[in-house]
Amino acid sequence: MSGTSLQRPSTRWLDGLLIVVIMLAIWQALYAYAGSVALTAPWTTFQFAAELLARPTFWGHVQATLSAFAWSVLIAAIVGILMGLWLGAFRFAGDVADPMLAALYTIPKVTLYPVILLLFGLGPSAKIAFGVIHGMIPVVLFTLGAVRNIRPVLLRTARSMHLSTPQTIRFVLVPAVLPEITSGLRIGFSLCLLGVLIGEMFASQRGLGFLIINGINSHNVKLTTAVTLIIVISAVASNGALLALDRRLHRTA
Amino acid sequence: MSRAARIVWTRWATGLSAVLLLELACRTGLVPKLAVLPPSEMITAMIALLQTDEVLGNVAQTFSTVALAFAAAVAAGFTFGTLLHGLPRARRAIDPLLASYYSVPIFVFYPLLVALFGLNILPLVAIGFLAAAPAMLIATLLGLDRVPHVLLRVARMHRLGWGRTAILVILPAALPNLFQGIKLSLAYAFIGVIAGEFILSSGGLGYSIAFAYESFDNRTMYGLMLFVLLSAVLSNALLSSWEGRLQRRRGRA
Repeated sequence: MSGTSLQRPSTRWLDGLLIVVIMLAIWQALYAYAGSVALTAPWTTFQFAAELLARPTFWGHVQATLSAFAWSVLIAAIVGILMGLWLGAFRFAGDVADPMLAALYTIPKVTLYPVILLLFGLGPSAKIAFGVIHGMIPVVLFTLGAVRNIRPVLLRTARSMHLSTPQTIRFVLVPAVLPEITSGLRIGFSLCLLGVLIGEMFASQRGLGFLIINGINSHNVKLTTAVTLIIVISAVASNGALLALDRRLHRTA
Repeated sequence: MSRAARIVWTRWATGLSAVLLLELACRTGLVPKLAVLPPSEMITAMIALLQTDEVLGNVAQTFSTVALAFAAAVAAGFTFGTLLHGLPRARRAIDPLLASYYSVPIFVFYPLLVALFGLNILPLVAIGFLAAAPAMLIATLLGLDRVPHVLLRVARMHRLGWGRTAILVILPAALPNLFQGIKLSLAYAFIGVIAGEFILSSGGLGYSIAFAYESFDNRTMYGLMLFVLLSAVLSNALLSSWEGRLQRRRGRA
């Protein structure tokens, strides 16, 4: 019996490893097909990425991206949660806004980038604003859904137990909405990063997105591939951490 | 007036007053006229632009690129989703990949795609496809998960063949999720193509907007931008209303 329960995680690890190997093989095949004008081979890229990480100038770009990203996540989270709470508390306003927000979510927000630039000027504030317009809507939608889906029986129980308002908030409302809001924040987090990076690709002198476009313009394939790799690995890793938190909250809820 | 009608009216009123407010803010100089064109001028600019051959050519190019990416994404997403549903072990291995897919800002791959395929329509189709296909795949998996076992047993009881079970039982039961996938795929394909054109391309609406921005041609920029936003919102609304009609018919049946 213990044999089967031990075997399962190990096959899972094996399958995971297999996926990684397959992806590296596809990468190597793409390299064989397109050659070094398009991308660099996996091993060379990892080596160059390590070299980049040892350069202080590279960390300047990382810091530019990270600080814009942190601000945009902060703003998207605070404004998004507040708006979601408000819209969720007023059923009518929520019903009016829900499909409008969903429509806003589906528009190609890249087209708005020139407007953001004209309003905020070149510099970090445009990047931050661009991250916010990408990441905020899912936070609003998930928070709105969370507030709406609070089961009335929870509130009735709180009342019958004579909980005070702060107690109701602390022990009933927050635990009830937290898992959903975390899911929204996870998606918002990814979209903020997307927004900030696109912002840097289009008009910026600093940051990882700028490095990618700069690599393209100066035919520095090594740089483009390595920076892409670094971005992908950090995005997947942070998403994995948030996903684990998300699942734990959903389980305990 | 029924509640539903009141909601729709409030929605229109909110949208219109937002446009009016922007118009007022522009006219009074609260928002600098150099930065944002008043909405009324955006509309006239859009109508004038849509009568020129150059713009119509760009519209045709972008729309056909989106259509290609969307069709390929829905076909591939549906096919692989169905396959993966039948292979639980492969699905479990790929699951973490799917869960973190949208956390990767896929536009960082666009320059690589350009290097692979050259500066033509192919990398745009590819980026639209990469943005859209996983959404369809995930929706297909969820939809097939949702098919109630009892329905499959009923189908077996009636001795339905494999094909008839798929068409008469599985497809209708999975339809809400499939539709969600189709809607998301269209939105993501559109976003992907426009963003690709924006970052690096030689034609299409995204390219024209970026070009107009760089040459300080605000009328063209805002006219095209309005057109892109309206197309996205309208196509989404059309699919939603079709979805609603299908669902109502199911409800009656």
